[in-house]
Amino acid sequence: MNPSLVIPTRRQLFLGFFSIGLSGFGGVLPLAHRMLVQQRRWLNEEEFTELLGLGQILPGPNIVNMSIAIGSRFHGVAGAWLAVAGLMLAPLIIVLAMAMLYDHYQSLPDVQGTLHGLASAAAGLLLAMVLRMGQKLEVHWQAVLLAMLTFVAVGVLRWPLLPVLLALGPLSVWLARRRQRSGDEPC
Amino acid sequence: MLILLSLLASFSLFSLMAVGGAVTLIPAMHSYVVESHHWMSGQEFAALFAIAQAAPGPNVLVVSLIGWKVAGLAGALVATVGMCGPSSLLCYYVTRLWQRFHGSPWRRAIERGLAPLTIGLVAGSAMLMSEAANARWTGWLLCGVVAVIAWRSRINPLWLLAGGALLGWLGWI
Repeated sequence: MNPSLVIPTRRQLFLGFFSIGLSGFGGVLPLAHRMLVQQRRWLNEEEFTELLGLGQILPGPNIVNMSIAIGSRFHGVAGAWLAVAGLMLAPLIIVLAMAMLYDHYQSLPDVQGTLHGLASAAAGLLLAMVLRMGQKLEVHWQAVLLAMLTFVAVGVLRWPLLPVLLALGPLSVWLARRRQRSGDEPC
Repeated sequence: MLILLSLLASFSLFSLMAVGGAVTLIPAMHSYVVESHHWMSGQEFAALFAIAQAAPGPNVLVVSLIGWKVAGLAGALVATVGMCGPSSLLCYYVTRLWQRFHGSPWRRAIERGLAPLTIGLVAGSAMLMSEAANARWTGWLLCGVVAVIAWRSRINPLWLLAGGALLGWLGWI
């Protein structure tokens, strides 16, 4: 390991992920990068990218996967637990408190209106996420077609997710591997 | 008790299907809690999603809120554990094997192959949430404007949520 990197203690691990969990709004990845690589130097840039890629390939919440990977790398099973607990504890309490307030006051017209506006804006953020991901999508008819097929199957036809994933997942990976072999890798 | 078991089983399965994060699961979760079991309305589902977005922390918290709505605090815990448990276990073991595949072309192929699927799933989620959240044309307009601003600029999304909440409070949405 690079000597300029810092190995966190268990306590630091918990507190580090605690602050990541508390400070991120609408996704915590950018913050996680700044804290882990630039401020605390637990990981270098390459390791971060590597773990991020892993978290994205594996199923499950990306940032939770990353906490598991980072926590276990420094302190095994205990580290994984501490990182995830640190990440989730405070946000879980806050979000539940917010939901309870909403539940209690949801009949008030002001609250209803506010939530309608909030929900529309939140849906807009999701649309922006699609646009941003779309920009980064590989420009190849196969990739575009698979994205559209997935969208139509799950979003429009509302087919159950599992069979769709089992059919399209391996197909898409196999096609990607073939594109690599045939050498039209855009890099 | 039966509800808790159902939540645990369903979210454990969702956990392993969440390619690209919890956001991709919205259609699946919607069909489970709204369409099949009628535990909440589509509007309530949209409101929970909005609250999760407005709160600090990872997106996966929407799962905790759904569990809470269905079965209270126990439901929130069960849904969260179900959603994070299986995938975390998988991640823990795969991380240890991962170094062995360093430089394997299959790794890159998996990344490239899953990217289009993730986009398709998030697009499905976005469509569903837009339909659930926007009752009036003003809602669609707000939704579109927020999407373009968040896409083209680096503004903190919290400001956009706050703006939406304000317009909603004024009764325009």
